Amino acid sequence: MTSQSNPEQAVVAADHLTVTVGPGGTRIVDDASFAIMPGSMLALVGESGSGKTMAARAVLGLLPTPLIAAPGSSIKFRHTELVGISPPALRKIRGEHIGMVFQEPMVSLNPSMTIGRQMAEGLALHHRRLGRNEIRERCLEMLKRVSIPNPVHCLGAYPHEFSGGMRQRIMLASVMLLKPDLLIADEPTTALDTLVQRDVLDLMVELTQENGTAVLLISHDLGMVSHYVRDVAVMLKGRIVEQGRSADVLSTPKHEYTQRLVDALPRRSAGGIRLARDAKPLVELRDVVIDYPGRARLFGRGEAKRAVDGVNLTIGHGETLALVGGSGSGKTTLGRATVGLIDPTAGSISFRGGQIVTWRGRAARLQREEMQIIFQDPYSSLDPRQRVGDIVAEPLRLDTTMDRKARYIRVREVLDEVGLSADFLRRLPHQLSGGQRQRVAIARAIARRPAFVVADEPVSALDMTVQKQILTLIRALQDRYGFACLFVSHDLGAVEQVADRVAVMQNGKIVEVGSRDDIFDRPQHDYTKRLLNAAMLLDRRFDGVAAASAI
Amino acid sequence: MTRFLPRLARGRANLLIGGGIVAVLMLLAVFGPSLAPYDPLKLHLRSVLKAPSAAHLLGADEFGRDVLSRLMYGARTTGWIALATVALAIFFGLLFGIIAGFLRGWTDRVLMILNDSLLAFPGLLLALFIMAIAGASREALIVALSIAYMPAVVRVARGTVLSVREREYIEASRVMGNSELVTVVRHVLPNCMAPITVLATTMFGWVILSESALSFLGLGVPPPAPSWGNMLASGRPFITQAPYLIVLPGLCISLTLLGINMLGDALRDWLDPKMQA
Amino acid sequence: MIRFLLGRLLQAVPTMIIVSVAIFFLMRLIPGDPAAVMLGDLATSEQVEALRREMGLSGSLPTQYVTWLSHILAGDFGKSITSGDPVLPLMLDRFAVSATIVVAAVLLATLIAVPAGMFAAWRQGSLADYGLVAASTLLLSIPSFWLGLMILLVFGMWLEWFPVIGYVSLHDDFRQGLMFIFMPALTLILVEIGPIVRMARASTIEVSRLEYITHARAKGLSEAEVMWRHAFRNAFAPTWTLIGLILGGLLGGIAVTETVFTIPGLGRLLVEAIYARDYPVVQGCILFISVIYVVVNLIVDMLYPLFDPKIAQ
Repeated sequence: MTSQSNPEQAVVAADHLTVTVGPGGTRIVDDASFAIMPGSMLALVGESGSGKTMAARAVLGLLPTPLIAAPGSSIKFRHTELVGISPPALRKIRGEHIGMVFQEPMVSLNPSMTIGRQMAEGLALHHRRLGRNEIRERCLEMLKRVSIPNPVHCLGAYPHEFSGGMRQRIMLASVMLLKPDLLIADEPTTALDTLVQRDVLDLMVELTQENGTAVLLISHDLGMVSHYVRDVAVMLKGRIVEQGRSADVLSTPKHEYTQRLVDALPRRSAGGIRLARDAKPLVELRDVVIDYPGRARLFGRGEAKRAVDGVNLTIGHGETLALVGGSGSGKTTLGRATVGLIDPTAGSISFRGGQIVTWRGRAARLQREEMQIIFQDPYSSLDPRQRVGDIVAEPLRLDTTMDRKARYIRVREVLDEVGLSADFLRRLPHQLSGGQRQRVAIARAIARRPAFVVADEPVSALDMTVQKQILTLIRALQDRYGFACLFVSHDLGAVEQVADRVAVMQNGKIVEVGSRDDIFDRPQHDYTKRLLNAAMLLDRRFDGVAAASAI
Repeated sequence: MTRFLPRLARGRANLLIGGGIVAVLMLLAVFGPSLAPYDPLKLHLRSVLKAPSAAHLLGADEFGRDVLSRLMYGARTTGWIALATVALAIFFGLLFGIIAGFLRGWTDRVLMILNDSLLAFPGLLLALFIMAIAGASREALIVALSIAYMPAVVRVARGTVLSVREREYIEASRVMGNSELVTVVRHVLPNCMAPITVLATTMFGWVILSESALSFLGLGVPPPAPSWGNMLASGRPFITQAPYLIVLPGLCISLTLLGINMLGDALRDWLDPKMQA
Repeated sequence: MIRFLLGRLLQAVPTMIIVSVAIFFLMRLIPGDPAAVMLGDLATSEQVEALRREMGLSGSLPTQYVTWLSHILAGDFGKSITSGDPVLPLMLDRFAVSATIVVAAVLLATLIAVPAGMFAAWRQGSLADYGLVAASTLLLSIPSFWLGLMILLVFGMWLEWFPVIGYVSLHDDFRQGLMFIFMPALTLILVEIGPIVRMARASTIEVSRLEYITHARAKGLSEAEVMWRHAFRNAFAPTWTLIGLILGGLLGGIAVTETVFTIPGLGRLLVEAIYARDYPVVQGCILFISVIYVVVNLIVDMLYPLFDPKIAQ
């Protein structure tokens, strides 16, 4: 019963599906064919711009204008042809037979309508015989099934009252309420925290199994997919370049691009752990506490929120310490405080034995030479109106010993080191890809040869293959310049590749610190174990064994 | 493809027509006086209320003054007042807005309470009030209108600064060691200019509208100096005898506003990628 | 929810105070003795002295302000110099006239413009959209006083369908009143359609790009249901705020329209008082209109959670 064997029985079968921008325009999806058997799962895997989302949306006729399914394409749902179907007939299939879950739980529920009304809408539309009470009963039952606490209250509540994970559960509940034959899940957990991701995915698999619903899962994460899904199709620039069992694709990728994807999966770096050269730590945090003032009210302020709660840490010369934790753990706040962007409420942060100064004054400026930060979002960390050359030159302007010429030479040199040619000097940030932008940000950070760099989730906004390149680059530069690095991340896969030591943070406290191998192989604290468990690292098991539970 | 034609055409139409109208008006405001066939203040008793003819292309008003010449001088009056007002409002609005948005805290709160109180007057009413106290004159008009329209600039500037300052390139600038002043001048200010440019364009329209409204009420540009608004007011009693005295200045105002609005839309589409489909 | 409403209510207090202070001090900027100025050129020194005492002009500026404010709060806005009538009843009378026209115009303009804007957004890029946007940009560019004069010229003078001068209250004679209210209301409706159409269109376009609209379609709802049930309420929120601003703004600028149609409204009262240097009336009108403006926006804000429940948190 493989997906290709007999498309006659498939729930949905796409045949030579091509999506173009207007008639005869650019091909977003290019001649893609796939089929899903009843009750089974297929994952469309690809990076941003691969066309995977549009291929899935084409099934439900939800392509945004001006995209259209080109003539010659065919999507069959059971025996009905969906390309060119009349809108009323398509609407009968939408919701009742094919449901869809979206990526961003924050914007995929209507903010001005109660959960109850949004859930009831589909039932009322497709099962007209049902009475109000029965609809309500079914909604409540479903909410209970997806473990929403206090379902009765939930029905009358608005989406903004729930967290992202809860909203995604509600989304799932409202779609599965109709027991569709096919569920299209478009990166359903990408926007969620690692720990929550796992729960939501498990729930999705359980629910679809119970109802015999087939799943078309869209994802960028080959590692995650292989844990859940048996069949996978890899997309590149609109084409399906490889299709088959996920275990086979992972272990023996045939297409060159798939090989790169598999290669990019996080794996422990070959290089051994670097030990600090100097016994004296470069950066030392002692009993650091950081409070965020509460929201300003008309009179006084709301209660302060403690983001960092008594942290002790040291970072040695030239080593990489990874700071790991879920969202809201305080890791980003702590990272910013170590470069003086935020004042600690109590405790001390010292650099080369001297106090860190926050951003005002000359003393701060002197310290800045030696400390730099790389941010998560390369779309927001570069001034959109500056050219690449000026961006990288800016920190050098503060060095009074350098003249224009010296600066230019240094800029060229650094750009070369991060793998950007001189052509990039005159470009503006919006003309660069995400990976190139992050390279510029790295060039800016290392231009003055700092001794310490904070990297705040530097790769989480990037595509998998690009992540790998950037992580390798950071490590290579570190070898050349010998700077120490505080690597803040929620992504254990990335951490495993770059860290020498790891500190795990939860609710503002460090719960565990240790060498990378100790943390990954012999985690002590319960929270670390849960994080590792949820991260679904391909770990050392992935040769053939990984997809044991996949459907 | 036909579906996209109107949209494409509209994008261009806004820029071309709007820009064209505004350019012609600017030329008129600058060179109008040397092109005008008559002195706009000179009375020609024999041509009182004469309909358009070869001597007076667009007719003559109740004192026999040449309407075409008055309209041309009026463009200069209106244009100059609008330019001065917008410049003043943008300068002070940006100053206060950036101070409030960047310093935050108490400075921000005090400035915002004051600003919101100015916003608590409808713009035209505030201008009317100031004119009532100061008496009708060009200078008072410029001051009154700048005060009336500055709060909007403060709001937009502060809002933009608040969103820009959260961007990581501002933090990057600090970590680099740049002083706050350098950060503001090099990174905050240039990134505020897009919304401010759009606002300034739109504001040009508002100011011209308010100026002519006040002049129409007799509280703006004092006669006999010509402005489109006071030409409307002085022509009003002769609406049946000489409708062109009403139609022409109004057409000038509407055309100007249309040009500015279209140019504003073109600018907005161009500067704000979110509005582009 | 109650917390939100109370908070919004409290926010209006400092605004009102500063507005009153601003008006108080601006009135003091008029050169000369306020009492003498207020009484005009013909007043005797006894009259001036009496008024000085009555206005509490003897103490320091802050005490003067407090006395002034307490009078205002008690409903005592002073007496008109020209007619000698108390200012408050005069304003209330005239306000009724202005409010009728403005409210009727805004209501009708909203009823026309919001569906039109949403329709344009729904058919974005079509000829209908193009036409609606062009029409609203054109309407946006025509000043109300000129549009009023043109309507007066065409409907009043050439076609002679409606009376050109004067006013009859709807209350006294409904049919007659309608005849008088028609042209000014039409003017204001046309003037306000432009911005409302544009706002409704822009916010509907923005909302229709959001994922929950796609989600609604994925449920199998028809286009009409998607637009009505999911797009409308969310797209209406910013338009709602704009309508509040327009309502208040129209009151501020009503003088112009009332001048065109010679309607005895609040705006006309203000302008005539300015011409006559009748400062008690000027001061009263400015204060009155500002307070109405603040109150209208307050009510609009307090109703906002109906369209966006998140705001009340």
